[in-house]
Amino acid sequence: MSNTSQSPIVKVGIADLNIVTPPQIIRTSGLGSCVGVILYDLPKKVAGLAHIMLPDSNHAKQKKFNKGKYADTAIESLLETLGNEYGVRTYSLKAKMAGGAQMFQFSSSNDVMRIGERNVEAVETILKKHKIPIVASDVGGNCGRTIDFDPKTGDLRIRTISKGETII
Amino acid sequence: MKEQYSQIQLDALREIGNIGAGNAATSMSKLINKKVDMTVPKVEIVAFDEAVEILGGPEKLVVAIMFQIQGEAPGTVYLFFSIDEADSLVQQMTMSDDMKLFDEQENINEIAFSALQEAGNILAGSYLTALSDFTNINMQPSIPHLSIDMAGALLSVGLIEISTITDYAIVIDTKINDMDTTNGINSQFFLLPAVESVSKIFNAIGINEYE
Repeated sequence: MSNTSQSPIVKVGIADLNIVTPPQIIRTSGLGSCVGVILYDLPKKVAGLAHIMLPDSNHAKQKKFNKGKYADTAIESLLETLGNEYGVRTYSLKAKMAGGAQMFQFSSSNDVMRIGERNVEAVETILKKHKIPIVASDVGGNCGRTIDFDPKTGDLRIRTISKGETII
Repeated sequence: MKEQYSQIQLDALREIGNIGAGNAATSMSKLINKKVDMTVPKVEIVAFDEAVEILGGPEKLVVAIMFQIQGEAPGTVYLFFSIDEADSLVQQMTMSDDMKLFDEQENINEIAFSALQEAGNILAGSYLTALSDFTNINMQPSIPHLSIDMAGALLSVGLIEISTITDYAIVIDTKINDMDTTNGINSQFFLLPAVESVSKIFNAIGINEYE
């Protein structure tokens, strides 16, 4: 099992979200058109991550759903928990994000197929509304991404199969 | 909420996987001129993350050919291979031992890619034709969409399609494989029907009533 001298990794699944503080690192794997958005307060060393599938909860046909599934509910939920449980103020938050790729090349450009792009736009709009700056992002393209965020340094590590690893 | 299905309904979904993959195995056998076998289908109703785990986890490198199901029962069909298996299939189809999806410099070989897409077309076509004939519901595959990347990134495209309605995927998982143990081709079919398609299918075969 994992070595205790290494940072424990908290994994966030599809349509899920979570919050970490050091020494924990937060990870989500295999982002395609989904978007991984991180809200963090570097001085307070706390970070929340959501693995978003869709832009808008108005499209939900369920009464009850995972908050992390939609951009709007995921970000609201992160803000709420960061505020209530970690005493983080919205104006001290910064954001990073990755994902929103188009995994298959479609000849038609209908909306279902532009879902990655729409997810990215939704996150940008909502963060703008809350005046949270997006410090760095790696979005679009056509490759899958696994991301790790370290709340201690604010580094977002992005791994892909064809283009290796980058830190933003 | 997790969908509840009766044993009879789950058996029916398994039978659908059986019929589809059986027909696809026959097509594959003609394609590579070899005997092709299939496993007993597994039907699983799983959370999205668990669906990705069936493929070996979110970061597993896979070759995926995806088809949207057009017609009365929408959904998504995936065919998954490893790169070696896809290479082996292309080599046997084209009868050239050095045909590979990627050359030494990792450049794409267009001929191998289009051969693989054509194989996908034939296999998914025969899979859906069998389903369509059995249920009497019109189901047609879209053109094939081929991509090689992380399993999570590729499967989520089909999961997003159903995600406004449910948090669970009905995965009808069948493998077909040739009997070659060294250069074997294992192909995994994933059928992700939309929730409304499942009740249409049950209606069509007269088992919509719960036990």
